[in-house]
Amino acid sequence: MSLLEFENVTLKFGGLTAVNDLSFEVEEGEVFAIVGPNGAGKSTVFNLISRFYDPYAGKIRYDGHDLLKAKPSGVAAYGVARTFQNIELFEHATVLQNLLVGRHRHRKSNMLSEVLFLPSARRQELENREKVEEIIDFLDLQAFRDKMISGLPYGVRKVVEVARALATDPKLLLLDEPASGLSVEETTDMRWWIDDIRRQMGITVLMVEHDMGLVSGVSDRVLAMADGAKLALGTPAEVQSHPAVVEAYLGKAS
Amino acid sequence: MRIVFKTNYMQDIRPWKDAYQLCLYLILLAVVAAAPWWLDDFYLGELTNVLIWAIAGLGLMILTGHTGQVSLGHAAFLAFGCYANVILLEAGVPFLIAFPLAGILTGLAGVTVAIPALRLHGIYLAIFTMALSILMDDVIVLAEPITGGVAGKYLGGVEIFGFLVDRWGTPVQFFWLVLGVAMLVTLGYINLLRAPLGRSFIAVRDSEVSAQAMGVDIARTKMISFALSCAVCGWAGALMGMYSGAFNNETFSVLISIQLLMMIVIGGLGSIHGAFLGAIVIGFLPQFLSISKEYVGAVFGGNTVAIPGLEFGIFGMILIAFILFEPMGLYGRWLKIRTWFELFPFYRKDMFKRQKSYLKTERLR
Amino acid sequence: MDNAQLLISGLANGCVYGLIALGFVLIYKAAEAVNFAQGDFMMLGAFVTIGLTNTEYMGLPFWMALPISLGIMGALGYLLDRLIIRRLFGESQTAVVILTIALGFVIRFAAGLIWGHEPQTLQNPLAGKEVRFGGLVLGMEDVAVIVVTILLTWGLYVFFSRTKLGLAMQGASQNQLAAYYMGIPVKRVQGFIWALAGVVAGIAGILFAAKGSVDPTTGLLGIKAFAAAVIGGFGSLPGALAGGLIVGVIEPFASRYIAAGYSQIAPYALLLAVLIFRPNGLFSQVRVKKV
Repeated sequence: MSLLEFENVTLKFGGLTAVNDLSFEVEEGEVFAIVGPNGAGKSTVFNLISRFYDPYAGKIRYDGHDLLKAKPSGVAAYGVARTFQNIELFEHATVLQNLLVGRHRHRKSNMLSEVLFLPSARRQELENREKVEEIIDFLDLQAFRDKMISGLPYGVRKVVEVARALATDPKLLLLDEPASGLSVEETTDMRWWIDDIRRQMGITVLMVEHDMGLVSGVSDRVLAMADGAKLALGTPAEVQSHPAVVEAYLGKAS
Repeated sequence: MRIVFKTNYMQDIRPWKDAYQLCLYLILLAVVAAAPWWLDDFYLGELTNVLIWAIAGLGLMILTGHTGQVSLGHAAFLAFGCYANVILLEAGVPFLIAFPLAGILTGLAGVTVAIPALRLHGIYLAIFTMALSILMDDVIVLAEPITGGVAGKYLGGVEIFGFLVDRWGTPVQFFWLVLGVAMLVTLGYINLLRAPLGRSFIAVRDSEVSAQAMGVDIARTKMISFALSCAVCGWAGALMGMYSGAFNNETFSVLISIQLLMMIVIGGLGSIHGAFLGAIVIGFLPQFLSISKEYVGAVFGGNTVAIPGLEFGIFGMILIAFILFEPMGLYGRWLKIRTWFELFPFYRKDMFKRQKSYLKTERLR
Repeated sequence: MDNAQLLISGLANGCVYGLIALGFVLIYKAAEAVNFAQGDFMMLGAFVTIGLTNTEYMGLPFWMALPISLGIMGALGYLLDRLIIRRLFGESQTAVVILTIALGFVIRFAAGLIWGHEPQTLQNPLAGKEVRFGGLVLGMEDVAVIVVTILLTWGLYVFFSRTKLGLAMQGASQNQLAAYYMGIPVKRVQGFIWALAGVVAGIAGILFAAKGSVDPTTGLLGIKAFAAAVIGGFGSLPGALAGGLIVGVIEPFASRYIAAGYSQIAPYALLLAVLIFRPNGLFSQVRVKKV
C-alpha cells in the first residue's frame, strides 16, 4: 500500500480547472518531486492534502485513511507536515517558539494543567524541548534559536520552516519550493538536508520544486504537471527526456 | 547584555532568565505589597484601581495581544462579572465561592459570544464586540428584576475567613485581595505562555494558515482564548464593582471598552508588562492632570474649572503619539532603553526595526 | 398617514447615517482602512459651518460659508492623511482603527473647547419652510437631506465604477505595492480620497446641523453610521446608503411598535444578526479567500 494516493482528483475554481483528473501514488521512504510550469497546479496539490480545498471529484488516501474526512487541523495528526511557498512563519515569535508550535500535535496536557503548570505539563515541555533542540542541531539553527522571526534573513526563514515541519515528527513531509530564492550554497545545503531527512529520519518527502538540479539530485521519482494534469511520471532522467515535458517547457520543436 | 550560559532545558522553561532577574521581580512585589506602610489611604485606593485595571488589561491582552482578535466590547464582560458576583453574594453564596464562580460564568458567556463571532475577522470582530458592549447597557436595563436596572446595585464589604474586606472600611485588606488576584492571574498567564496553549494563541495571531497545518484547531483555539480572556475580565469586573461600591447600567459603557483597548495598546500589545504599564498610565493620568491643572492655575492665575473631555482628549493624543512613534508601546520603549544601556556604546538604531508588510486585500472585488 | 410620516422622517435621518457611512466606505474602498473618526468629522463639519455663518460667530452669508467650510473639511481630511495616516503605510488595519478612535476623542475635546458643549443649530435659508403633499408635512431640510444624499451617492458610485481615476483608487487599495509598480501614485490617490471623505463628512454635518442640533458628542453618531455601513456591506457605496436608510427607518418604528427603549437597541441587534448570518453585509456578493 502506498503512503499517499491521489485517485482521479479534480478541483475547480469557478470555471477554472486547477487540478484535472490527477492520479499518483507516493511510496513510503521515497523522495517524490512535482515539477511543472507556473500555474500547473503544483501548490494546489499541497493545499488539497492540507485540506484547504475540497476536491470537486476524486479520492485522497493517506496510509489507508480517507484524508478527505479530516479537518484542516486534523491532517497534522496523521503525521503530515508542510512548508509554504511564501513563508508562513509566526513573525512575532522566536525560532524556538515557532518550532515548539510544531510540537502541538503531541499535546496531551489540558488547559488547567498548563495554567497551573503541573508536573505533567512540565514533563511534556521537557520532552518537547528535547525534540526541538535535536532539530535545531540537525539544521544548524543554534545561532538563531532565541531570535525573532521578523528580524531573520530570507534564507534562514526557509530553513526555520523546514525545521518547524520536522518538529511535528512527521511521516510525510511536504516541501513547497524549498530552494526558491536561496543562493547556490544554501541550495546545496538544502539538498543534503533533504537527503538526510529521508535517510536518517526515515521521512517520506513530497516536494514541489523548480530547480531541476535539486530535483534530479535528490528525488527518486518525478511527476511533471501542466494545466493541472499529469504529463509524465518516472525517474528524473525519464521525465526530463519525456517528449511531452520537453514540449511544455521549450515549446513544440518545429 | 547579560548572557546566560544555559546548561539545562529548565532554564528555557522557567519564567525568569536568571537569579538576578528573579530577585528584581521579587523586590518589586515586596515593595508593592508593602504599599499600605508607605502610601496614604487615598493613593492606596488609586494603586488598587491601577491593579484592577491591570487585571482587566491582562484579560483583554490574552485575546487581543496574544490571539490577535481585536475586541472593542470587553466592558460587557466586566459588567457581566460584576453583576454575577453581586447577585451570587446577594443569594448568600460566600465570597470565596461567588468570586471564582463569577469569573467562570463570564468565561462561559464569552464562549457563547465567541461561537457566532468565530467567522469574523479583524475590523468585523471589533464592530461585533462593540455592538455587544452597546447592547449590554440596554440588556441591564431590561433585566431590571435581576440587575436593578437604572437604579443599580450596591455592594458593601465581603467577609473572607472572618475578615471584613471593604473598599472604604478596610482599604488595606481590599488592596491585598486585589494584589493577590493580580498575582494569581499573572502567574497563570506566564504559565500559559510557556505551554502549548499559549503558543497556539500566538500561532493563530501570526498565521492562521500555518497554525492549521501544524495541527492547531483555529476555531477551538479562538474559543478558549475568548473564554480565558472573558473569565479574567469577569474577575476584574467583580473587583471594579467592589471598588466603586455602587454601579448601574452606565458604569460599564462602551467607552470603558475603548479605554481598555487603548490601555493595552499604550502599554504594549503582546506582553504581560504592557497590561501593567498601560494600567499605570490610565490610573494615574486623571491625578496627573488635576495636579498639573492646579499648578497651571497657581502660576498663571487662571481658573481651575474642570474641562469636560480633557482626560479623553489628552489620552487620545498620547495614544496617537504612541501608534506613530512607538507601536510597541511603553514596554517596547523600555526594552529599547534597557538595550541601549546594556550595549553602550554599541546600540544601533535599526536593532528593533520592524519589517513592513504591504497591504494586500482579502477582498476580491 | 402616521406611518408614512414616520417613514419619511426615518428616511431623512437615515440619509445622514448613510452620508457618514459613505465616508467610511470611501476610505475603506480606496485605502482599505477604517476611519472611526468619520462621525466626529461630521460633527466638526457642522461646527465649522456654524462658526462661519451663525450670527453669534462670524455671520457670513450661508451660501458663502458653504464652500469655505467644505474646503476646510477637505483640507483637514488631506492633512490627516498627510501628517498621520501616511506614516502608518504598511501597518496593520487595527493600528489605523485604534488611531482614528483616539483621533475622535481629540476632535471631540477640541470642538468642546472652541464651540462649547451646548447644542447648537445651523442658521440656514431653508429653516422653517415646509413642503406638503397629500397630507404629509415635510420640512424643507428633510427634503434637502434626501435629495443631496441621493445625488452624492449616485455621483460617487459613477465615479468609482466608470472613471479611470476611480478604478485606479480601487486598485490602490487592493494591493498597494502592485498598484505602485503599475504607476498609480498610491500616496497621492489616498490623500485625495481622505480629502474627499472630509468633504462628504462636511456635507453630512451641514445637513445634520440644519435639521437638528449638534454638540461635541454628536460625533458618537458615527458608531451608528458604522453599523449602517456594515449592514449594507462594507465596500459598497449604494450599500452604505441602503444600510443608513434601514437603520434610520428601523429606529422610529422600533420605538413606536415595541417600546421606547428599543430604538436604541434595534440597529445594533440588526447589526449583530447581519454579522452572524451574512458577515459580508446584506447587499454584497460572496467573496472567496485565497490561501
